[in-house]
Amino acid sequence: MEILHSGLLQRALVEIVILGAACGALGVWLLHLRQAYAAESLAHAMLPGLVLAALAGIPLLLGAAAGVLVTAVLIAFAARATRVGSEIAVAVTVTTAFGLGAVLALSPDVPVGLEGLLFGDLLGTGTSDLVAAGALAVVIALALAAGHRRLALVVFDPVAAPSLGTSPARVELAVLALLALAIVAAVLSLGNLLVFALLVAPAAAAMRIARSLRAQLWLAAAIGAGAGVAGLVVSAELDIATGGSIALAAVALYVLAAMVGRAQRPARTSRSPIEALRGS
Amino acid sequence: MSAPAREPAARLEVAGLAAAYGASAPALREVTFAAHAGQAIAVLGSNGGGKTTLFRALLGELPPVTGTVAIAGTTAYVPQTERSRLDFPVSALDVALMGAYARTRWYRRVAAADRALARAALERVGLGEQVAERFGALSGGQRQRVLVARALVQDAAVLLLDEPFAGVDAMSEDAIMRILDELRAEGRVLLIATHDIEQARRWDRVLCLRGEQIAYGPPAQTLTTAVLEATYGAEIVLLDDGTRAVAVQHHAH
Repeated sequence: MEILHSGLLQRALVEIVILGAACGALGVWLLHLRQAYAAESLAHAMLPGLVLAALAGIPLLLGAAAGVLVTAVLIAFAARATRVGSEIAVAVTVTTAFGLGAVLALSPDVPVGLEGLLFGDLLGTGTSDLVAAGALAVVIALALAAGHRRLALVVFDPVAAPSLGTSPARVELAVLALLALAIVAAVLSLGNLLVFALLVAPAAAAMRIARSLRAQLWLAAAIGAGAGVAGLVVSAELDIATGGSIALAAVALYVLAAMVGRAQRPARTSRSPIEALRGS
Repeated sequence: MSAPAREPAARLEVAGLAAAYGASAPALREVTFAAHAGQAIAVLGSNGGGKTTLFRALLGELPPVTGTVAIAGTTAYVPQTERSRLDFPVSALDVALMGAYARTRWYRRVAAADRALARAALERVGLGEQVAERFGALSGGQRQRVLVARALVQDAAVLLLDEPFAGVDAMSEDAIMRILDELRAEGRVLLIATHDIEQARRWDRVLCLRGEQIAYGPPAQTLTTAVLEATYGAEIVLLDDGTRAVAVQHHAH
């Protein structure tokens, strides 16, 4: 394909394959631990950090890191607001932070512009972005491999986990730290709104098809990378927004996986009562 | 070194225990009992009576507000299978292997000896054929037996079983009962939380809880009308002449 000969696209392609694979695998654990909401909250509420970094002229990566840290602390506090209910408190916190970020970003002094921060700039991938993504992928792969048994134990049986040598609180904290890392590394390429798509859709797709935990992790990584490549190529061919195109590709693969997953299930679940009575 | 000959030391000794969740008032107070090797203890009480709190305190998850817990050896917890995650893709063998996780270094595979142990444990609970089957696809009774097999792999001195017979078919109930008797014969201590007062008579001791310890002792002396009324309050229904009793649980969901 002609488009793949441009250096711009080649870098973007490598970046999205790495990010898609890393986010896909991490996403499987996020979904099993029922932390999808945390992923979305963390991704959206870090916007002020990004905007302030752009305003101050410091590297956006630093702004993203600071934004995620402050957001994580705020969400942890909000989640303890038992009188309001933790979900409401977190929702209010996230909306406030996101609104603040949008207001700041719309000030004329912001060089990048709100659009770039919300939807990312994959085609602007530079060497430092590739290094950050590569480092993230290595850290996630090592952490998931080293913590595989503990993660499985905490998902499967959090009550018995301490008596089997694993503290659920520490495992969940480690997963949230990995999530924060992934968001920081991916947000400049994929944007504040769309990084969430690569964390959730490939994992959800893999979980519809794969029957074993290891297969789910590998498949999610493959689907994440595949959605990234497909979205990037389609966006270049049709000249449409890259981030949105990748998010849509990820969702399309999820729908496909859901259909395949349904077809895989034993026929008896989809058999009509009359057929069942006939014993066919 | 020349201590006078006496009864062997207790495997599990609880003295003046009170346990609380966070800073709130203790959910369980004044629990004092000792269990010796090979004893099975039925833990009776209504929902919210303190059975779960006691287990969590014995597992070390709730530090005692007052009192002490002394356990010689490790403690295993066998949860109710009704609370298990059925959508999680693990096999019966995977679950049994979890019993070996605490002694497996994070950078190693589970040892071959432990894999053999896990298979043998599944064999022992009558699930040798279902080793590779998905945990969520097994029946409730089979799942409960897998969780017992996991505790066998853990090789714990003290086993805490949370309603091991709830929602379990007759075949699984027989298998679990047989295993529990074998574990007793091996000198392990069993604590069995149950709603079944008739079944409680089968075990060596009965511990009755209602926010505090109501009674502890051999079933024949402990399961009296007065004790059961104090344990269950209005939830108790006495049958016949008071020798048989049924606890009516009001599940508030």
